[in-house]
Amino acid sequence: MKNAVGREIPDSLLVNGKEVYQGKQYMDGKYIQKAAPCTRRYEKPQESKIVATLADALRHCGARSGMTFSFHHHLRDGDFVVNMVMKAAIEELGLDNLTIAATSLGSAHDPIADYIEQGKVVGIQTSGIRGRMGEVVSAGKLKTPAIIRSHGGRPRAIEAGEVHIDIAFVAAPTSDCVGNCRGIGGKSNCGSLGYAMTDAKYADHVVVVTDCLVDFPNLPASVEAIDVDAVVVVDSIGNPKKIASAAARISQNPRDLMMAENVAKVIASTPYFKDGFSFQTGVGGPSLAANLFLEKYMDERNIKMGWAIGGICGPMVELLKKGKVGKVIDVQDFDLDAVNSINRTPGHYEMSASQYANPANKGAFVNKLDFVVLAALEIDTGFNVNVLTGSDGVLRGAPGGHPDTAAGSKVCIIVTPLTRGRMATVCEKVVTVTTPGDCVDVLVTDYGIAVNPLRPDLIACLDKAGIPHVTIESLKEKAYSLVGRPDDLEWEDKVVAVLEARDGTILDVVRKIKPLEL
Amino acid sequence: MEILKSASAGTLESSDCLVTVEPGSGVSLELSSSVMNQYGRQIKATVLETLQRLGVENAAVTVVDKGALDCTLKARVECAVFRSCDASASNIPWGGAVR
Amino acid sequence: MIKRPKPERFRLRRTMMFMNAQKPGLIKDAYIYGCDSIMLDLEDAVAENQKDAARFSLYHALTTIDYGSTEVIVRINGLDTPHWQEDIRVCVAGGADGIRIAKCESAQDVHTVEAAVEAAEKEFGVEVGRTLLMAALESPKGILNAYEICAASQRMFGVAISGGDFRKCMQTTFQRDGVDMLAARGQMLIAARAAGIQCFDTVFTNLDDEEGFRAEVLQNKAMGFDGKSLINPKQIRFVHEVFAPTEKEIRQAEKIVRAFEEQSKAGVGVFTVDGKMIDVAFIPGARRTLRLAKACGMYEGDLV
Repeated sequence: MKNAVGREIPDSLLVNGKEVYQGKQYMDGKYIQKAAPCTRRYEKPQESKIVATLADALRHCGARSGMTFSFHHHLRDGDFVVNMVMKAAIEELGLDNLTIAATSLGSAHDPIADYIEQGKVVGIQTSGIRGRMGEVVSAGKLKTPAIIRSHGGRPRAIEAGEVHIDIAFVAAPTSDCVGNCRGIGGKSNCGSLGYAMTDAKYADHVVVVTDCLVDFPNLPASVEAIDVDAVVVVDSIGNPKKIASAAARISQNPRDLMMAENVAKVIASTPYFKDGFSFQTGVGGPSLAANLFLEKYMDERNIKMGWAIGGICGPMVELLKKGKVGKVIDVQDFDLDAVNSINRTPGHYEMSASQYANPANKGAFVNKLDFVVLAALEIDTGFNVNVLTGSDGVLRGAPGGHPDTAAGSKVCIIVTPLTRGRMATVCEKVVTVTTPGDCVDVLVTDYGIAVNPLRPDLIACLDKAGIPHVTIESLKEKAYSLVGRPDDLEWEDKVVAVLEARDGTILDVVRKIKPLEL
Repeated sequence: MEILKSASAGTLESSDCLVTVEPGSGVSLELSSSVMNQYGRQIKATVLETLQRLGVENAAVTVVDKGALDCTLKARVECAVFRSCDASASNIPWGGAVR
Repeated sequence: MIKRPKPERFRLRRTMMFMNAQKPGLIKDAYIYGCDSIMLDLEDAVAENQKDAARFSLYHALTTIDYGSTEVIVRINGLDTPHWQEDIRVCVAGGADGIRIAKCESAQDVHTVEAAVEAAEKEFGVEVGRTLLMAALESPKGILNAYEICAASQRMFGVAISGGDFRKCMQTTFQRDGVDMLAARGQMLIAARAAGIQCFDTVFTNLDDEEGFRAEVLQNKAMGFDGKSLINPKQIRFVHEVFAPTEKEIRQAEKIVRAFEEQSKAGVGVFTVDGKMIDVAFIPGARRTLRLAKACGMYEGDLV
């Protein structure tokens, strides 16, 4: 069945009430029955929940084959915990048929690709997938299609019981002996633990893995002891160098700066750019650099940003410290400046993934967002964005909060160079739709700006400000004139991944790519 | 043109390609590309057309492509071929066989 | 194949950005930053054993990339190298707008290049005289011969100083106040103006020293340069800002040109604008101001 973004969704996936994507806010006003976990009572006072090894923790939680384990990705590419846990489960306990439900997976998790090939891991649910895992899943080696959800779609699915977490693993930079966890204070500081919060509340069992045991009580706790079954102390939960970069520096690339300046110009031309406005930006080159130019316009008009959300890094913390933004609310931290600021700098708070982006709760932060600036691997003439699959059709990206912020915000700006190497970023049809075009408002490239025709109000704003803009079709034609029109990718029938829209409908599927034979 | 010896041109930087030509019988092409699925056929066609224009009938050609545009592919193939004949430094037929 | 329009000998050249002709990723779309001219470099940026490869890249870039209204100039290798003749052939065959002669020291150097350019134009069926020339002065001798160089050919549109080599010859280094090159810049400017061609200042290489860059650009403008060579797109904007005329200058120029057009129809040669005596000698300057204003997006009228 074809969905609202023109993608053919196999009927075999439309079971158990699954529907195809129907357009944004389709589910508005509907009721959901929340799922409840089945958790163990610990009435008898315990001095400590520390167990010696991960294998002991798994046994304590009744781990068995066929279970779903959840993980969060605050340790980013420095994470050791996913690999340690899966190794213990598969190699020490001999489990198989396991499903990994992670908030994101990256090249740090390359060893899991082996477990997929061996058939020990049979399901993957994640926001991002990269490296070898992306390759083996794309090659059709995972037994069931991977399910890709946004950061807001994941807590929605958990609350609705579409994902039932048997054991949630919390990678905690610090914990006390009963499992009160914080993201700061240890040697693997990561700041916010926002993505782990929903998991801990909805999992049957919760295991905290830490490399820094601190005195009880470890407060304010991001994940609370009341939800924790066991605590395991290991030598190291991650490689600090890869957890947070020293400081996210604003790009000096002239192309990035040119685009960033145009992003700021577009923002400043809209009526939403007024004192107290709200903002989120990515950490990619041109997205982050938009901060710099936005600050100039804020100074010029003598206005301040009310609040900013997102994955946070230094330049935003800097604005907070200068008093140019009122509050920063944070689900993840990308650099040490942000890590060292959360819950310390007045006005810098932590939030859960559900608070951030869940479309099915009673109002996430994204719903009050004025502007979001996002990157894209590809964007097509229907303004549909792909941030998941490469131009070769292989999984190597992450929707993350992209679809959530795009849907919630008043102005969603995509900033990307027109081409990358020989790849046309602006194209006729994206490989995979990860953010539907009805949520995307403006495209800023190094060759010009295009506004979604669904937003005549924004077109009028740009015209009034004298900002030149063109059609997205003309940008696509320009891209193809530079790099040549690409051949269509060739696919096999087998679906290797299902792309769920944030509301739980099916937005797209990724099939197994047919390698080109010359 | 006759390929007299092994020669190469280009780099493995992004947007470039490394082309190597060696003596061979008939034209054989070994191609790898970072944009294989979308542009593999076009790259192959460009390389073979360029060789044909240069009158190369016997060569073993290896192209490692890192997303080069057509104009770069042509330039690298031509340079490698002229280098293999020690003829790359002067009197290039600009606008003739090279176009 | 892209056919570039016939080059204009005198056009706006506030910014000339250097690009290594051997780097496909750089040259494919350098025009997007809005510099007036792009300088594709076959000389210092290209390693000695890659000169051949750079020419093939250059040829296909010139014939396939649509640089639009951005001028495309090529810096060729010096006359003391084995490369310059083939450099000229590829420039002419590819349809470059102009050639920058490196290390030019005499009118004879210009004549030597001009003869090779003309031969190439005939070889490749290009209109004779189409390819423009400019000279880079890089030595004391070049500066001393500046006037004969500037006046050596009808193809010459401008002259530039190359600071790196010149400072070495003079046994000096970069000075913040520009005193190291003050005399050379002055002499070159006088020569260029006397010969009626344009004059461009050298590159500013320390990208981290924004203050120094700004000071140098302001000094360039004050000395009367037409523009500056650049090494990074981020330098473009400030040069364009500095070389932009003021609102007052634009209004004045507009009045002068308008008054001239009205008065000359009536047969009047000398008249006054705002109490100031104006004659035909003021017109080229006023028109240049309006053209500049138009390029800077500050003038939308129809007088130029």
